Amino acid sequence: MIKVEGLTKRYARTVAVDDISFEVEKGQIVGFLGPNGAGKTTTMRVLTCFLPPTAGKATICGFDVLENPQEVKKRIGYLPETPPLYPEMEVIEYLTFVGQIKGIPSADIKRRADEVIGRCALGDVRSKLIGKLSKGFRQRVGIAQAIIHNPDVLILDEPTSGLDPKQIIEIRELLKALSGEHTIILSTHILSEVEQSCERVIIISQGKLVAQDSVANLTNRLRGSEAVSLEVESADGHPNPTEVQGRLEQVSGVSRVMMKDSKGGRLSFEVESLQGRHIRAELARSVVNSGWNLSELRAVGLSLEDIFLQLTTVETKEDTKEEGGQR
Amino acid sequence: MRNILLICKKELKSYFASPIAYLLMAFFGLIFGFGFFTATRDFVRFSFQSQMMGQQQPMNVNDQIIRPLLGFASTIALFLVPMISMRLIAEEKRTGTIELLLTSPIRDIEIILGKWLGAVVLFLCVLGMSMLDVAMLFAWGKPDLKPVLIAYLGLILQGACLLAIGTFISTTTRNQIVAGGVTFFVCLLLWLLSWFTAFDSGPASQVVNYISIVTHFENFSKGVLDSKDVVFYLSMIFFSLFITSRAMESVRWRS
Ligand SMILES: Nc1ncnc2c1ncn2[C@@H]1O[C@H](COP(=O)(O)OP(=O)(O)O)[C@@H](O)[C@H]1O
Ligand SMILES: [Mg+2]
Repeated sequence: MIKVEGLTKRYARTVAVDDISFEVEKGQIVGFLGPNGAGKTTTMRVLTCFLPPTAGKATICGFDVLENPQEVKKRIGYLPETPPLYPEMEVIEYLTFVGQIKGIPSADIKRRADEVIGRCALGDVRSKLIGKLSKGFRQRVGIAQAIIHNPDVLILDEPTSGLDPKQIIEIRELLKALSGEHTIILSTHILSEVEQSCERVIIISQGKLVAQDSVANLTNRLRGSEAVSLEVESADGHPNPTEVQGRLEQVSGVSRVMMKDSKGGRLSFEVESLQGRHIRAELARSVVNSGWNLSELRAVGLSLEDIFLQLTTVETKEDTKEEGGQR
Repeated sequence: MRNILLICKKELKSYFASPIAYLLMAFFGLIFGFGFFTATRDFVRFSFQSQMMGQQQPMNVNDQIIRPLLGFASTIALFLVPMISMRLIAEEKRTGTIELLLTSPIRDIEIILGKWLGAVVLFLCVLGMSMLDVAMLFAWGKPDLKPVLIAYLGLILQGACLLAIGTFISTTTRNQIVAGGVTFFVCLLLWLLSWFTAFDSGPASQVVNYISIVTHFENFSKGVLDSKDVVFYLSMIFFSLFITSRAMESVRWRS
């Protein structure tokens, strides 16, 4: 459904998105997680054809954002960071207008508008001026405008930011209900948000993709596990990768082993521990006992953990700060 | 085409949802009405005097009331245009609704044309206020219709042209006050240029005269319909809207 390859977006001074690649399958609901300034909004703006990429490729339903923007735009619903609302319009008037510019045939517009009004529980404010609505209602009008043309892909930029807890729950329920029919990408800088509403998560930080995994796996990896990078050589210069990997996996406390590289008879792995386990000593012993040489062993950057910390602690600070989406 | 009309309709709705449309119409109606009142009063007084003195100078409603009045209207238009065009795109950039428009399956040029058209229609509504007064002249006097129509055509073309320039300026900023200010400055400059060149006929001032949007109105106000002037206005409109679409592209590239 969504395919991003080597996407880079450079502004005059900053590289906002740096060589990001990921894929989203049909029907998935994916969280795009990263602290403020990570490049979430920028990536979404590229996906919605609002900004052209500096390098790389992004396709939606097989259509390239640069070569076929009109086709892409027909298939996406987009809720920007600030909902794009006209305060002088009534809700129904606004939804009708959006339906029209999204290309819904005139005969269907009224039906579609009524449908999304029902779905987003906007019945009570149907003929109210948007400018007079509360923040929660505005957000729902924003979501309603994103789904009015029944797009294949929904792109939602921080759909719950700035709402109170009750409104957040309402929006989450709405997203759950929508996830059956649409492929959804939603961005957030709050980890618990992803845990609540998403199946998969893509983490970016400072424009770089840090991790992508299922939510269940990732939360395990995040919560107090240790990541170790090690390089193994064998005496005969030809270690057997599967054998080494198998041996490493047997070490107690190891949750997963990923082979990173193999060059000149030297294999490098990244090993993660289970929650709260220290595995470096065990790993070293296991390698040496098997008759291989351990040429390197170090704890890797803990980048996930750093970001995790940022994501869980920065939250309160972010919410008081004016978010810099539109520059 | 459907999309252009959609955007145009939306623009008109928001003009008329805020007081701005009514304020401009009232403002123009009052000023024009005042001009109308003075001009007719003087006209009546003069024709009365000349009859008293037994002179048989022909008094002409067209030349003595309508022409100066519509000339006056073209000057007021210079002040109206910035107030109409300033919010067109700047406001959408400020509130972020531009993201809705630019991520919808409509083309940039349709957005621009729709917005410009909306502004032109509002301008017509404002200009329409003057027709109440002019209609009165037709009710009581016997002015020639043709030069009046030509002068109105000139007013509309000049307004449409200035609005196209205003649309471009509104695309370059997210602050509608700045857009209005710059547009006003440009209108003022054009107006001043037409004054300066009136006293000079060197080659430089001829060039300035040609590009000055205001001087092309002169012929129209005299009741002369010259295709050169029409072509000038149309090509200026085309050019301005074209550079607006380029500017819109750079909104994407830089924003
Ligand atoms: N229009 C812009 N011009 C220049 N830099 C920008 C612009 N928009 C965003 N940036 C920069 O790009 C980086 C990523 O921003 P953004 O995509 O908004 O992050 P996020 O949505 O994850 O908070 C930030 O460092 C930000 O300052
Ligand atoms: Mg953002």
